[in-house]
Amino acid sequence: MFDTLILILDSTVRLSTPLLLAALAGLYSERSGVFDIGLEGKMLGAAFAAGAAAAVTGSAWLGLAAGILLSVALALVHGFACITHRGNQIVSGVAINFLAMGLTALLGQAWFSQGGRTPPVSGDARFANLVWPFAESLRDVPVLGGLYSELLSGHNILVYAAFLAVPFSWWVLFRTRFGLRLRAVGENPAAVDTAGISVAWLRYRAVICTGILCGLAGSYLAIAQSAGFISNMTAGKGFIALAALIFAKWKPVPVMFACLLFGFLDAVAIRLQGQQVPGIGEVPVQAIQALPYILTVILLAGFIGKAVPPRAGGVAYVKERG
Amino acid sequence: MKRFILGVAAAAFLSGTALAQEFQPAVVYDLGGKFDKSFNEAAYTGAEKFKADTGIEYRDFEIQNDSQREQALRNFARRGANPVVAIGFSHANALEKVAKEFPDTKFAIVDMVVDLPNVRSILFKEHEGSYIVGKLAAMASKTGKVGFVGGMDIPLIRKFACGYKQGVKETNSDAEIFENMTGSTGAAWNDPVKGGELAKSQIDKGADVIYHAAGGTGLGVLQTAADSGALGIGVDSNQNGVHPGKVLTSMLKRVDVAVETAFKDAKDGNWTSGFYTLGLAEGGVDWALDEHNKPLISDEMKAAVDQARADIVSGKIAVHDYMATEDCPY
Repeated sequence: MFDTLILILDSTVRLSTPLLLAALAGLYSERSGVFDIGLEGKMLGAAFAAGAAAAVTGSAWLGLAAGILLSVALALVHGFACITHRGNQIVSGVAINFLAMGLTALLGQAWFSQGGRTPPVSGDARFANLVWPFAESLRDVPVLGGLYSELLSGHNILVYAAFLAVPFSWWVLFRTRFGLRLRAVGENPAAVDTAGISVAWLRYRAVICTGILCGLAGSYLAIAQSAGFISNMTAGKGFIALAALIFAKWKPVPVMFACLLFGFLDAVAIRLQGQQVPGIGEVPVQAIQALPYILTVILLAGFIGKAVPPRAGGVAYVKERG
Repeated sequence: MKRFILGVAAAAFLSGTALAQEFQPAVVYDLGGKFDKSFNEAAYTGAEKFKADTGIEYRDFEIQNDSQREQALRNFARRGANPVVAIGFSHANALEKVAKEFPDTKFAIVDMVVDLPNVRSILFKEHEGSYIVGKLAAMASKTGKVGFVGGMDIPLIRKFACGYKQGVKETNSDAEIFENMTGSTGAAWNDPVKGGELAKSQIDKGADVIYHAAGGTGLGVLQTAADSGALGIGVDSNQNGVHPGKVLTSMLKRVDVAVETAFKDAKDGNWTSGFYTLGLAEGGVDWALDEHNKPLISDEMKAAVDQARADIVSGKIAVHDYMATEDCPY
């Protein structure tokens, strides 16, 4: 029983990593007052770039770099449209999602002719799982051995990066000058502007942070969790991340727990399939698969209370009104 | 204006008949795409072989969503393609509609029965091939636990699972089998992450050989099996080379032969409509042995499988067909 729990938690960690990276990405952007529903598109673009670059160069690190680069480029497009040109942030985000979905499939087909898939990668072209020291020898120690060797050890570097990004983001947002200004620009950009700080430049820096984290999320999907890009492989993860972000009221640590919850439900759904549940018998596959969505709705509707977004979110900053 | 329209109509009519006189076969793939290294790719291989042998170009289409099925079939039929081969059971409704509209066009469908005078329905005895790979899995497993990961939860995939389970149980009656389905929608054919997680959960429970019947999702299954030191079993196409030495064998479903034969029969005027059921005896299903998995297959295993194969062909072993009874006794 305990072993099963550990394995479910292990799977939870793997499944919630892309959500966590994407949700933290959204955190930077939205805290600065730029709503971003283009997380999905940026992740997808990054996954494609990472998969393609890793397949061509044979290096996971170059793949990661390509993923981050493309994602930042898409983030800057979003920034250019809604910070510089004061366009509608929702429309721009939707456009990026469509662009990424169409372009990755098209380029994938044109370059690799494998039905929009990039060639499978292996070896150095993929982030391998890191085994911590003594993981094998400690495996048989009761309770702690399992915790250490299954749960903590044996993930790839991006998983650790994602979980380290949580305290780091908290520190950046709540303990640095940049973070204070970033939050201020999301609440009251006029005040920041009065203090002589460029609102546009701050917001640009925030969307670049978003781009980097989305790049990590996409690369994780393509060259760490799987071995190659397949068309539309994000499959709505960007939107789930967005839900987690709102769910967690735009705070880094609650974001982590929200993502872990979504990952956990997914992992449970996978493990429960075909298992006998005491008192119910074998639960139909469909019911199990609907479980994460049903619980999400219940939790969102009933338990989290009011989520108040950053006050200046979604509004382009206009310096003067004539 | 009227004259112009008439002219256009006449031109369209002429070009239509001109095209119809040429022999132009077409194939419509299922979701997952023609390079899924599995089911659709087998169809592609067959069509390519026909092209290489006869020098006749064929046309193909990869659908992106369900609504394109009917469009694609109708477009091919209208532009004079003949025969039109639809790959996958999901085409059944669309094909039935379009085949009625174009009674002079020859259609074929793989994995489903469409009972019309101009349709050839090609079915495979997947349970027989699955029985064979089940036998191999049971013999190769050291833990006595094996797994199965299916794609979409439909009777066809249960048929794979059931034949496999019978093969495992009749080789090692104590063996434990874990069976999982990826999902209940078409997306389940193209979700390698979930496939990998399902495989991982089976491996964690002790499975060391995992058979997949899940199209593109299966690539994740094979990947995870290879990463975790377990053995995968491929399906439809020969997937032994996907992870050489880590794939025990592949259950071959000769969709390629079916497609090629359909094209050839139409070209040579030997076309017949009706049902075709291809099993071990007809070479429609088989298991793959090549340089990639040779070290994994012992002489003893090969002998046992050859024996089972002969017994199935002769009728001595009856493999249960899930579709016949809608349940699996194993």
